[in-house]
Amino acid sequence: MAQNYYQKEIETMSVESMKQLQSEKLVKQVKHVYENVPYYKNLMDEKGVKPEDIKGIEDLYKLPFLTKADLRDAYPYGLLAKPLEECVRIQSTSGTTGRRVVAFYTQKDIDLWEDCCARAIVAAGGTNKDVCQVAYGYGLFTGGAGLNGGSHKVGCLTLPMSSGNTERQIQFMTDLSAKILCCTPSYAAYIGETLKEQGYKPEDIPLKAGIFGAEPWTEEMRQNIEETLGIKAYDIYGLTETSGPGVAFECSEQTGMHINEDHFLAEIIDPETGEVLPEGEKGELVFTSLDKEAFPLLRYRTRDICVLSRKQCSCGRTLIKMAKPMGRTDDMLIIRGVNVFPSQIETVLLNEGYLPNYQIVVDRANNTDTFEVNVEMSPEQFTDKVSDVLQMEKSLANAMKTMLGINPTIHLVAPKSIVRSEGKAVRVIDKRKLV
Amino acid sequence: MAIKQLTVFVQNRKGTIVSVTDILARNAVNIRALSIAETEEFGILRLIVNDEEMAEKVLAEHGYLIKVVDVVGVKIGDEPGKLTAALDVLDKADINVEYLYAFMARTEKHAYVVLRVENNETAESILADAGFHLITEEDINKL
Ligand SMILES: [Zn+2]
Repeated sequence: MAQNYYQKEIETMSVESMKQLQSEKLVKQVKHVYENVPYYKNLMDEKGVKPEDIKGIEDLYKLPFLTKADLRDAYPYGLLAKPLEECVRIQSTSGTTGRRVVAFYTQKDIDLWEDCCARAIVAAGGTNKDVCQVAYGYGLFTGGAGLNGGSHKVGCLTLPMSSGNTERQIQFMTDLSAKILCCTPSYAAYIGETLKEQGYKPEDIPLKAGIFGAEPWTEEMRQNIEETLGIKAYDIYGLTETSGPGVAFECSEQTGMHINEDHFLAEIIDPETGEVLPEGEKGELVFTSLDKEAFPLLRYRTRDICVLSRKQCSCGRTLIKMAKPMGRTDDMLIIRGVNVFPSQIETVLLNEGYLPNYQIVVDRANNTDTFEVNVEMSPEQFTDKVSDVLQMEKSLANAMKTMLGINPTIHLVAPKSIVRSEGKAVRVIDKRKLV
Repeated sequence: MAIKQLTVFVQNRKGTIVSVTDILARNAVNIRALSIAETEEFGILRLIVNDEEMAEKVLAEHGYLIKVVDVVGVKIGDEPGKLTAALDVLDKADINVEYLYAFMARTEKHAYVVLRVENNETAESILADAGFHLITEEDINKL
């Protein structure tokens, strides 16, 4: 497949030139932040770092980290680096936990953010001849605004649908022959199911590609969406704190997301010690915004756990790639010295034909961690033979051991028997903390 | 020919079996036979009832994991050696019995045995050929 790029020079730039570019931008950015953000100046002063100590990306490790807690402390204007009269937009997180995050944008910030989304759309095969249906929510949420802007930049005919009203989504999609769908993966799956119920076969659906993000999704979900909609499904990554979707995007190879590293400098650190880890190691993803004017976060800890890779990509892009985040640092459990993420358990369950209805119970007995996973069995899986149930438990434990490196005890339980709190299943019970 | 066995998954918490039998009693379902196979963590309750459709419906409404399976029912006289003879016949025909349990009828002086085998029809014809009296759903309802 012939490759198209939105900004070829940047997207295929040599690694050397990219590092040079990042270094130049970093030096300027640190100075801008130090002079305009007293909150971050204090952090640097406390650490004894001056802007002149940062001569290039090799000095990045000297800078202090920013965390979500800093964003809360500094709410709303504490991390703003431009006068309000130069800002033109606010976007915000959903704020389900704690205080919401509010991010500010100058016109240039919006412009660069939209470029990032345009790179994602072009990488997914979008062109100015295509109709692009944006079914992310519009409003404070960055999904709708980001992809809408990117779609304009590519020159697609943009359908600003926002999320919901599936009947209308389907009507516009089929009447106007939409080629690109942008929404959350769960909404894409829902639209796919609805189309299927209405008798649409994949070949009757005009779409050719989808750009799905803003929530975790699995390879199984991808396959499912690709089959029901008859498309290629591309992942996109971003967070409101750094701009929104488009921090990283997937290409035709579908083996991780290229980071727009001319704007966002990525690092992987050990979440416990804060130490920078070498490329290829698993740890917490940290971003430094190199170009943002209004809300330039330096060394922002995303809490996403993932791996970076500079392996050559068949699409021709030289931008560094990040693997799909395998979990959040907040969700990470350390069991018998091994890092375990609930998302890994979920992947094994889906692979083995179970529903992701489970509960991890960790305790301590005889100075060793005990690790049990309760898994709900479906009526189809249940048999009248004890030996069958025991065998299912055993093979599930083996599959988990392969994925995690440690052996859980599996208990198959009845459907809906796992305790739910306000409709949401309680995924982890760590009794070690109660002692 | 085979009879229906209701299989219920129960977690080994205090009172789980009682709650199953209680739900059945409140819905006028009579239990003819009951056996439980258990491990440390869970149990599988096997029931022969007079109205398995009703039993399945009310237990499902209470969220129980249920499976109805066909099993072989044999009537054997209340005399020593009859069960062994039946098992012997199956063994000679290379039929593996996964599990079995017996029960008595209230009215008649007969014992009944429930057998779970891989292929019901084969087991039934072998037992019938050997002169054993097989029981049907109708027989169960009359007990
Ligand atoms: Zn690529």
